Amino acid sequence: MMLLEMAADGFGDRVALGPADGGLTYRDLYNSAGAASVRFRSDGGSHVAMADLSSAALPISLFGAAWADLPFVPLNYRLPDGELASLASRISPATVVTDPDSPDRLTGIDGIGLLSRHGLMGLVDGAEPPEPEWDMTGEGTAIELFTSGTTGEPKAAVLRHRHLVSYVLGSVEFMGAHEDEAALVSVPPYHVAGIAAILSNVYAGRRVVQLPTFAADDWVALVRAESVTSAMVVPTMLTRIVEVLNAEGPDGPGLPTLRSLSYGGGRMPSPTIQRALELLPTTAFVNAYGLTETSSTVALLGPDEHREAMASADPAIRARLGSAGRPLPTIEVTIRDDLGDEVAVGQPGEIWVRGEQVSGEYRGSAPRLTADGWFPTHDGGWMDADGYLHVTGRIDDVIVKGGQNVSPGGIEEVLVSHPAVADAAAIGLPDRQWGERIIAVVVLHPAASATPDELRDAVRDRLRSNRTPDHVEFVASLPYNDTGKLLRRVLRSDLAHLGDGSTG
Amino acid sequence: MPALKPGSRFTSSVCTTQVIVVKGAGEVDLTCGGAPMLAAAAGTAADGGQPADGASGGTLMGKRYVDPDETVEVLCTKPGDGSLGIGDALLDLKDAKPLPASD
Repeated sequence: MMLLEMAADGFGDRVALGPADGGLTYRDLYNSAGAASVRFRSDGGSHVAMADLSSAALPISLFGAAWADLPFVPLNYRLPDGELASLASRISPATVVTDPDSPDRLTGIDGIGLLSRHGLMGLVDGAEPPEPEWDMTGEGTAIELFTSGTTGEPKAAVLRHRHLVSYVLGSVEFMGAHEDEAALVSVPPYHVAGIAAILSNVYAGRRVVQLPTFAADDWVALVRAESVTSAMVVPTMLTRIVEVLNAEGPDGPGLPTLRSLSYGGGRMPSPTIQRALELLPTTAFVNAYGLTETSSTVALLGPDEHREAMASADPAIRARLGSAGRPLPTIEVTIRDDLGDEVAVGQPGEIWVRGEQVSGEYRGSAPRLTADGWFPTHDGGWMDADGYLHVTGRIDDVIVKGGQNVSPGGIEEVLVSHPAVADAAAIGLPDRQWGERIIAVVVLHPAASATPDELRDAVRDRLRSNRTPDHVEFVASLPYNDTGKLLRRVLRSDLAHLGDGSTG
Repeated sequence: MPALKPGSRFTSSVCTTQVIVVKGAGEVDLTCGGAPMLAAAAGTAADGGQPADGASGGTLMGKRYVDPDETVEVLCTKPGDGSLGIGDALLDLKDAKPLPASD
């Protein structure tokens, strides 16, 4: 609440959310958060949750929960009813802000009180806030976000107020935004980057425009309608946005107001980012790497670094385009082997991070932190000699063939660079002889064609031969979730028949 | 003398200034308007008094203040009439260097 209180005191009349003309001001947002906190406190729950698309109710509930010293839990509304209900019962007793178009989800769960978005907006409209009395130590839990692990039940990652405040103060200047700026947030409420974007933009005084359901043409139209100056997307969104802009042709209107575009949440295919850099020559691109457990961004590849890498003939500099950039000044990064020992520069291992914004805490589970405060990310990667962090993918996704570790990312990069290929994934399936066999799962561009041998040759030519896919499977599309993550588990399960059923 | 750690919050005893610690460790004689600052809690306010001469330049919300070594950095969360210091030595406004925002 400190961030919002400063915003309301410092620039309360600026528009915080919505259209430049008539949107919710910071003072309105502050007052609404206060009114919401009264309702949340009187409901008597231990948590405030949301199972709804983005709307003004999101920042109001986020800050209202903070005012009431209750954790805010944005839930994945895309989950099937049973799974959503299971998450809700884990945070019961709780007030859950719901989608008015799906009022009956989550009824009848012990301790769960439902408050429709309309109901919330009605009760905060024009209401006076109570006296400020939120906890000032920063130790209270601000957010709990359920993260999907590869096995078992989702774990609730805990972010305390001090983690989030530390992240914002370390990367944003108070009132650093000019009044003509506007940020477009199109990730769902349960994506940590969306929460981080709200907090950062409130503190900077930058108006937030929300796109509750992503569609690339709607995104492009909204950037133009609201003169959006900055936006944050996941890689799959950028691929679709590039298709729309491409289709408008070289004389298309482009996105002249878009001063900066940041992306993260997964690996960015090089064809997409390169095309985006060409289509948007005056836009500053930022790659932000981070996890839920680290309050989002811990490393950045900045705008100049993107352009320099694009233009460079030096392969080492060019390779930075595929990197996560350099760690934030407030963050330490180390690459460790299986035993937890530091590896040499340039060597691959697991990425560990440490810093004030890093939590690593889970509700009801042991924290994932070493005794000296390092958080092992479960991401594989390496640091180059210039201090750039390269992320190769989740270590759980590494394919182990013939005793060798094969990162899917490298294979996928080569496949996606083939002109006929729109998207690709590499997964490992059981193989009696090799342990795992490499399956390339490929989506071709409409009307394009490529033979499996052509694609296997492409990989063999660029990478070591043990990375050549054993089989190429053509599919219509790859499964992604709302936060842009490729669902490898789903692929492995759907294509299990391509393995030989052996185990271990 | 308060123990400083990142995230801890302090309030002036002689004006409306409040700060949050961005960098700092150990026991530091954090002052505002020449008087020791108090740990902030809801409802804590100045108990009257005035900033001392020489420490009444005022603080600005959102600005960062540092000691010469930059081992202590505090950010002003509420402005006031006093000036921040460590003991009698006043803190300076931190040089504005662009921060690497990504959101």
